[in-house]
Amino acid sequence: MSPSPEAIAVAAILFVVIAAYALFGGADFGGGMWDLLAGRTERGAAPRELIDEAITPVWEANHVWLVFILVLLWTAFPPAFAAIMTALFVPLSLSLLGIVLRGVGFAFRHTAQRLRMQQLTGATFAAASLITPFFMGTVVGAVVTGQVPVHPAGNLLAAWTSPTAILTGFLFVAACAYVSAVFLVLEARQRGHQDLAGYFSRRATAAGVLTGALAGGTLAELSVSAPRVFDRLTGIALPLVAISIAAGIAVLGMLWLRWYHPLGLRATAAIAVAAVVFGWGLAQYPYLFPTSLSLAAGSAPTASLVAELVVAGLAVLLVAPGFALLYFLQQRRLLTAADTDADLRQAAQLGHALPGPAAAAPAPGRTRMATALVLAILAIRAIRDALSSRRRR
Amino acid sequence: MGAVAHVLAASPVPARSQMGSSLGFHIILACFGVAFAAVTLTAEWIGIRRGDAAALLLARRWSKVMAVLVAVGAVSGTVLSYEMGLLWPGLMGRFGAAIGLPFSLEGIFFFLEAIFVGVYLYGWRRLPAWAHWWSGVPIVVAGVLGAVSVVAANSWMNSPAGYTLSHGKLTSVDPVSVFFNAATPYEATHMVLAAYMVTGFLVAGVYAVGLLRGRRDRYHRLGFAIPFTWGGIAAPLQVMMGDVIARFVASNQPVKFAAMEYVARTSREVPEWLGGVLINGHVYLGASIPAFDSILVGFSPHTRVVGWDSVPAAQRPPLVSLIHLSFDLMVGIGFFLLALAAWQAWWWWFHRQLLVTAWFLVPAALSGVAAVAAMEAGWVVTEVGRQPWIVYHVLLVGNAVTPASGVPVTLGVILALYAVLTVVSIGVPMIMSRRWRRETPAEEDAEQVPYGPAPARASAAGPPGPPAAPRASSGGPEAP
Repeated sequence: MSPSPEAIAVAAILFVVIAAYALFGGADFGGGMWDLLAGRTERGAAPRELIDEAITPVWEANHVWLVFILVLLWTAFPPAFAAIMTALFVPLSLSLLGIVLRGVGFAFRHTAQRLRMQQLTGATFAAASLITPFFMGTVVGAVVTGQVPVHPAGNLLAAWTSPTAILTGFLFVAACAYVSAVFLVLEARQRGHQDLAGYFSRRATAAGVLTGALAGGTLAELSVSAPRVFDRLTGIALPLVAISIAAGIAVLGMLWLRWYHPLGLRATAAIAVAAVVFGWGLAQYPYLFPTSLSLAAGSAPTASLVAELVVAGLAVLLVAPGFALLYFLQQRRLLTAADTDADLRQAAQLGHALPGPAAAAPAPGRTRMATALVLAILAIRAIRDALSSRRRR
Repeated sequence: MGAVAHVLAASPVPARSQMGSSLGFHIILACFGVAFAAVTLTAEWIGIRRGDAAALLLARRWSKVMAVLVAVGAVSGTVLSYEMGLLWPGLMGRFGAAIGLPFSLEGIFFFLEAIFVGVYLYGWRRLPAWAHWWSGVPIVVAGVLGAVSVVAANSWMNSPAGYTLSHGKLTSVDPVSVFFNAATPYEATHMVLAAYMVTGFLVAGVYAVGLLRGRRDRYHRLGFAIPFTWGGIAAPLQVMMGDVIARFVASNQPVKFAAMEYVARTSREVPEWLGGVLINGHVYLGASIPAFDSILVGFSPHTRVVGWDSVPAAQRPPLVSLIHLSFDLMVGIGFFLLALAAWQAWWWWFHRQLLVTAWFLVPAALSGVAAVAAMEAGWVVTEVGRQPWIVYHVLLVGNAVTPASGVPVTLGVILALYAVLTVVSIGVPMIMSRRWRRETPAEEDAEQVPYGPAPARASAAGPPGPPAAPRASSGGPEAP
């Protein structure tokens, strides 16, 4: 039985969302890692500040992608979702722990500045940035190697502690650090910090080389642990893998030549990540779990799949104008740091309102009493009518 | 110890406790996501319309608090999405195709809310006053629609519809019937009104404390009056809706209603119990009004009310006393808040003044906590009252819970983490408000909130450019 076109369409959307999360969420996690590795308080102050400025405005958006992944998975492919959540209970719980700790650290670190808790909250944030991608990587590794049974009887330690799964975990960590460092190079240049651009350029190169090595190692492992996926990765999905490798090398070349083209560098790094995610999707096709659960057997009824496609369309229709507005306002420089509330504070504390229409004067007491009485009588009659009509029925 | 762990792992109780505590925590923050924007926009409206600096200052500060609460809410919401699968794979595996649909819609509304919270926070200074006000309106709309979507998923569990099963497998789904199941209009209205009451009374409570301490300036009066008005408008509507919903539950989920009202046997002239604990079939320490429950259900003492004897013992909810007392608590607080709102409304109608007597302000200061308690009690009634079903009359909780061991551990971790999150979501606004009162304006301007614009020192370092990227989405840290 081959999968329905709707199932294929939803699966494609799912992989687009995963790629988006890998890119934006990955950069976000990577920022936390570089924060962790920035060294002692004084030495790491400048890079930490840059990371903070870059992450702060987009932090929550990355959760939205993750939530979309979960929702798409459970609506469109419920059996797969249930099996993954059961068998991989432990790594998923640990990745969730990371997400919560990041949130706590993030929400508190700005306010904590004067409480001398900044270091503690900052460390929480940074450490959590490491935990989440690693365990998400082991989850993906377990799924790719077909270690997740369709009807698991409980959590399976062996599924996500295989060499492939662990390697995938490290690969995710390295990839996050790499994407993030590339983006931070541009953030630094945009803000005029040439020294920081060099700082992150060196780190991006190192992380890029490490990511490449880990990717090669994972691929080699896959040839043993998941031969079918390996065959497709080196067969039908080979163009995507090649694109990813080429883009990765191109990014390293651009960094080496210091050709920091804002769009070019970003796009190339994004292609390197997205291509490998799509390659993974293509390599698994037509299986949700190779080779125990097929797309056809694991998808929801057609109406649910169509509804998900409609929702995806609606999301684009509703969210795109929102972004257009954001972009427009940003280009016009209308969204900017608030200068000061001092004027308002002064005016409010002096207690005199700026000129404007005064509050309406109260109506004479007798009129108000009469209105109140009329309203009360009307209300009582309405209630009585309602009750009596029901009793007759 | 090992035996205890085994028993805990085998029963759904730890999973239920974890889901309950996560939901109970998230729902309070969700209330702010739904209703705080409306309260803030009211203050801004007054500020712009009357050129009132105090109102504008309130709106600006509230928007900062909103940012903190939305940040924590995003985290606790993500936890809930995970937990749907981590704790209830039996539910999601079988019915994910149906119950997932309302969640998908909620995703869109959350996205929209996130985008416009960003515009609203960033836009304070440079956007024209009314343009900025309008940028907040989508937050209000998306908040309400998002709440309706999520509550629709819960309503579906209480009143499943729009699907066909064959041999225990979901074979077709009607998304519209799933979303608009019989319980959706009732539950959704109830929750949206609750959100406005919780937000209104909680925020008003903060300023009631200020008024009690003698800070009687316009800033504090407005800070009290605006949210209190929202809560006060929602309260009578809520009491009326509650009455309607109770009758719906009596017909749609009679066993749940029986537990709410201590109806053991199906009969006529059923008394209404106020308070009381059920032990071995006897109600102790309660007052009963003869035949009043029958009157409430069918407007006549002869109305037949279904008791829990209508189903076998295994299908009755546990902890009947908890359900009944939670219900009474919710209704009692509802009337208390209604009375409080009516008192102030009366005074305003005849004197055009805020009540500043301690007799009013002390209960008003506590009204927010009371509203939260009422909402939590209401969720206890809904959720515990549905037991032992996770999908009413379709799927038992015991068949939905994860077979994975380790839930007791995650329960412990979640409780500890939520204690920290509670400290964050109460502590951060408190620190901010203390700063607002004591420090110089310059320091207030330097303060950062999640999603908030970077402080002045950041832009001093480089050329003045637009903020790094719009917060929500497709720009990552790397701006499009």
